[in-house]
Amino acid sequence: MKLARVVGNVVSTINTRDFEDRTLLLCDLLGPDGAPTGGYQIAVDNIGAGAGEMVLLLDEGNGARQVLNAPGAPIRTVVIGIVDEVVEAAR
Amino acid sequence: MQLARVTGTVVASTKVAGLEGVKLLVIQPLDRALRPAGKPVVAADAVHMAGPGELVYFVASREAAQALEETFVPVDHAIVGIVDAVTELPGAGDGA
Repeated sequence: MKLARVVGNVVSTINTRDFEDRTLLLCDLLGPDGAPTGGYQIAVDNIGAGAGEMVLLLDEGNGARQVLNAPGAPIRTVVIGIVDEVVEAAR
Repeated sequence: MQLARVTGTVVASTKVAGLEGVKLLVIQPLDRALRPAGKPVVAADAVHMAGPGELVYFVASREAAQALEETFVPVDHAIVGIVDAVTELPGAGDGA
């Protein structure tokens, strides 16, 4: 899983049928300290994540299809959690 | 999934079985400020409606083949949607 921040969304009307009625969130990938790493992903929202929230992304197809209950869907990236806090152990 | 711009078409009359009729497009992956990021790749067009100049989003890896009618095919990038709009929150920065 990856940490990310919701920074926007992607609107699309023409898409493959597995994307119908799905919300696509634009997510900046974050390091454990919450700083952007420079990468991003477009993720399917599965839990009602909102703008600006830190979320947990799953970037793997089998698990994505499982949580979305969408066998055969060409979806790999899903928001699977809203992060309250990341605590790093002192080193 | 990530954003990309369609920059061209690929014509290949001889293809492996299962890829007949699959439209192939050259896409340039973009960062979320819509600047080119990385090298262009050839992607299958799973929406059948994408064309040069269009902003699309694509899926990579095994999931790309899942987007096509024939799902057990050797495809590693597929266009799964045409983007109408990318809306960003105020203060989100440009992703750089």
